Amino acid sequence: MKKIKIGIPRAFHYYRYGVLWKTYFEGLGLKVVLSPETNQEILSLGINNIIDECCLSYKIFIGHAIYLSKICDYLLIPRICDYGKKDKVCTRFNGTYDNLNQLLSKSQILDYNIEYTKHKYQFLGLIKLGLKFTKNPIKIIYSYLYALKKQKKYDSINENEQKNKLQKNNKKVLIISHFYNIKDKFISKYITDYLEKNSITLIYSNYLDRKTAKVFSEYFSNTLYWKYSKEMIGSLYYYKYQIDGTIFISTYPCGIDSLVNNLAIYKNKDIPILNLSIDENITEVSLETKLESFIDIIKGAKNE
Amino acid sequence: MNKIISFPHISYYYIPIRYIIRNITKCEILIPESNSLNTVSIGAKYSPNDVCMPFKYNLGNYINALNRGANFLIQAGGGCRYGYYAELQEQILKELGYNFKFINLIKNNHISIIKLYNEAKKINNKLLFIEYVFYLIKGFLIIVFMDKTHKYIRENQALSINPKEYKKAFQILKIAYSKDKLSILKIIKIYINSKKALKSIPKKQNNNNIKILIIGELYTLMDSTANNNLENILIDSGSIIYRYTDLTYLLFKKKFARTKILKTSRKYLKYTLGADGAESIAHAIEHCKKGIDGIIHIKSYGCVPEINAIPILSQISKDYNVPIMYLSYDGENNIANIDTKIEAFYDMINEKNKKNNTYF
Repeated sequence: MKKIKIGIPRAFHYYRYGVLWKTYFEGLGLKVVLSPETNQEILSLGINNIIDECCLSYKIFIGHAIYLSKICDYLLIPRICDYGKKDKVCTRFNGTYDNLNQLLSKSQILDYNIEYTKHKYQFLGLIKLGLKFTKNPIKIIYSYLYALKKQKKYDSINENEQKNKLQKNNKKVLIISHFYNIKDKFISKYITDYLEKNSITLIYSNYLDRKTAKVFSEYFSNTLYWKYSKEMIGSLYYYKYQIDGTIFISTYPCGIDSLVNNLAIYKNKDIPILNLSIDENITEVSLETKLESFIDIIKGAKNE
Repeated sequence: MNKIISFPHISYYYIPIRYIIRNITKCEILIPESNSLNTVSIGAKYSPNDVCMPFKYNLGNYINALNRGANFLIQAGGGCRYGYYAELQEQILKELGYNFKFINLIKNNHISIIKLYNEAKKINNKLLFIEYVFYLIKGFLIIVFMDKTHKYIRENQALSINPKEYKKAFQILKIAYSKDKLSILKIIKIYINSKKALKSIPKKQNNNNIKILIIGELYTLMDSTANNNLENILIDSGSIIYRYTDLTYLLFKKKFARTKILKTSRKYLKYTLGADGAESIAHAIEHCKKGIDGIIHIKSYGCVPEINAIPILSQISKDYNVPIMYLSYDGENNIANIDTKIEAFYDMINEKNKKNNTYF
């Protein structure tokens, strides 16, 4: 029998739950298909199919989803609303499922809901999805727990790697961005490559333990209610005295970053900060000029 | 130092807000100059570049108030990023060198009534909780009555022979409610009088006015400066305006309407879209079923919940064969732009109506 193909777009929450999803569905006996890294084809698919006012990350996500819908039986698109009363997410994630439903009415979309205030947890959602493919509850629960363990292991490997990086004597730059932007090829690949070429050690905001980051974000503000922003800003306060500079990467027009990043720049005047806003028309030359002068600032600051 | 309190503008709601705050704090209230294109250009000068438009208007209001001597500023909000305006605005104004105290009424992304009481008690020690609730109720009554009157005007002004009377009646209502001392009886009496005056205005006999539904983001919908006077332009050209979003809806009705909204829009939506996105869709469907000539969807640039709603609204417009127009505002001062778009939209509606008539 041919295996059912389930597609996971390499965008948005893939960078947070990717390992979990992959091992879970493979444990259920399905074939998981990942979309390739963002390329020009995927980007133009996204730009052509959604209105121009959406942020670049969303356009990329739509591109990946449409690309996969042609080659897969199912698509996994979670809907995320909040992780508790004080931990909301961008309203963009509230509507991803319904928006894609309009675009891809033919292909079947698998969805589950994370809304802690209404007792909708990821665990329950994924198990409900699993019942669609197998009737064996032990298999489902076992593969979920195994997947969860694997995701945690993957996260802790990254975390330890980052700890080792901090021991180095190089100049260190903290990259602060949403987890879905940091590893994306189109958005930040050029920036990270350029900095590494100039022998700068890169520290990433999404590899810090999330609970620690949340505690440290209290130094910034106690009314901030976006979970992902808390993790980003918490990392700045955690690493502040171990780094030489910070780069904010946001995708134009990001609603949350427009407020939080600017407030962070106002509040942290003692370290060099570069605020980069990336859109689909960005050229490598314009980035290079900015990065070059930023590196000069860091090196100059240390010479004094 | 004298305490002078100020707050940002939104539509005509400065009247009830002023009434509540004046009575619970017993301080002087300074209302910033009413919104104009100057306000937004001052605000935009100091705000981050991709922030949404209400932020710029609010910041412009604050700068105007601070220049005229205010030293206590109040901010509320909630929903999407409106809940996080306060902190960045406070920081920006402090960077500009103003000396003031900022009161943020938002707790967990919602306006907190208890927080307002605690803040008011710090200013006015004698305030009792019962007294506070009493003034709050009176303020809410004013909001409800003003909204009701404005709704009546929106739906009936185009039908009348002399529309100027409507504007005059609303002006009288505004002035009557701007007093410091109002009893509940008087508030009701003022409303009844204005309703009588409005109903006595004669109407046209045969009416085939165009019916338009306006939906979208709350600030752009309610504030007539923010939407470049869209509503008045439409009314003056003889169309009936339906708009459900007002403060009464946002404060009271919205909480009870949630299940109904998902029920009406079940065909298009499985979950809510955040802030007022799902409401826009539900009301569009409701009015399309009732029969409407066109929908105008307005928002400020980059408003995420409303962008979520746009692909679904386009589908609704196709399914029910109702023309829809999307307008996105970013504090630009180009009024001719709006005129042209509305003209084209009317052409669209008229062409569609003609076709329908010939076929049947």
